[in-house]
Amino acid sequence: MIEFKDVYKSFDENHVLRGINLTVNEGELISILGPSGSGKSVTLKHIIGILQPDRGEVWVDGQLVPKLSRNELQELRKHIGVLFQSAALFDSMTVHENVGFMLRMHTKMTEAEIARRVTECLEQVELRGVEELNPDELSGGMRKRVGLARAIVMKPDYILYDEPTTGLDPKTAIIIGDLIARLQRQLKITAIVVTHDVKLATEISDRIALFHEGKVAAVGAPEEISHSDDDMIRRFMEGQL
Amino acid sequence: MTKIILFYGRIGANFFVHFYRVCAYLGAAIGQLRYMHFYRRQVIEQMYRIGLGSLPLIMGLSMFTGLATTIQTAYQISSYIPKYIVGSIVFQSEMLELGPTLMALVLAGRVGAGIASEIGTMKVSEQVDALTSMGVDPVGYLVMPRLLAGVTMFPIIIIFAVTVAVAGGHYAATTMMGVSTADFVRGMKEVFRFKDVWVGLIKATVYGGIITLLGSYLGMETEQGAKGVGMAATTTVVASSSFILIMDYVLTRTLLKFY
Repeated sequence: MIEFKDVYKSFDENHVLRGINLTVNEGELISILGPSGSGKSVTLKHIIGILQPDRGEVWVDGQLVPKLSRNELQELRKHIGVLFQSAALFDSMTVHENVGFMLRMHTKMTEAEIARRVTECLEQVELRGVEELNPDELSGGMRKRVGLARAIVMKPDYILYDEPTTGLDPKTAIIIGDLIARLQRQLKITAIVVTHDVKLATEISDRIALFHEGKVAAVGAPEEISHSDDDMIRRFMEGQL
Repeated sequence: MTKIILFYGRIGANFFVHFYRVCAYLGAAIGQLRYMHFYRRQVIEQMYRIGLGSLPLIMGLSMFTGLATTIQTAYQISSYIPKYIVGSIVFQSEMLELGPTLMALVLAGRVGAGIASEIGTMKVSEQVDALTSMGVDPVGYLVMPRLLAGVTMFPIIIIFAVTVAVAGGHYAATTMMGVSTADFVRGMKEVFRFKDVWVGLIKATVYGGIITLLGSYLGMETEQGAKGVGMAATTTVVASSSFILIMDYVLTRTLLKFY
């Protein structure tokens, strides 16, 4: 379970988070929706300890993230897969090396075992025969899929998706959305999807949290959010905010 | 007047902030030496890239510095000074000054700018965040291997550089200046002291540390996309070159006096 309790975060005069309260339950897929600059990606970075809150608490698996030691934080991160907005593949490595990176760094698996696991993960994201390609030889959608394969390679308890469909054409965005939903069903991982793609959020999420001006403006099932009478929520869902 | 004071005050304050941060990175990188076994692949890769990768360029350039130093020396000495002095001057100036310092300035461009732009690109494309999110310390994975490779490989590079430069000096002395091989070697033997070799190697080690640490630091601090990467590379070359020349004075004065 992941919990945010009254979390505040500012960058100089820019108050990005202004008292976030949110609970992500075990095994659910929650989407964080909101306009640009509402603090969605900053929220994700607090979960893996890349950012520390100015005030408030971030709990993951009963551990208070800002209070964890370096080693405890690194241990926690092994259980969290992250798909970055740009996929953030290491451009000096092949697809095989990218996907197998954590296995090589954190396990004692042999090269043959790593190769098997890498192929297995690539097949889960519907990619075959790309192991020896470099990231610059991949299309945007393929890069996201490799990033996703890399995120699941350690069989994490949590996956964080940062704008998974941004920069993709509509068809590829649908494929990535389906992939996220399918992986969620297959792997039963707790997942947080940060996005401004309303369609994606309503289709794949168990719940949606709507961020506005650094606060959680609403949380609920996709139908509740979609049919809300609240003016701000309605305007956002209709793409007017 | 107030504006001028504020302007220079800000520059001074920025310098100390950066200096403090560089020291913090140095401390963190030294702390990561505990995990050497974890990052051994990266250390070996960087030693190969920084060391072996730089050798052809450095050896080629050293040949020319040796040739030029000899011709310059022969031109400067008067006819009543024995010619074997050429060997003495070429060896000492290459070992103490030209080998480590001049080649470090070249390496500030090749190695320093390369490190800053590589890490800077990783920073702006979220690859550094990706490393962190995967439970891998970016200082341990990116900074420590480069720093370690710098301080260990630079002295080795300089040994090759001085050897080639002296060989070049010998070639120029014997073919253009009428100095015999025996005289050239005699000149070298007369001034040879192990102390000079150590001074040259200590300088090379310090310069290797400066270049790789500044390149790594400025790369890790990169912001603003491609523009930021370009700035990090340029700043690395300028800052490394400046610190190399300042440290050249400090080390020359300190080591030759007390060592």
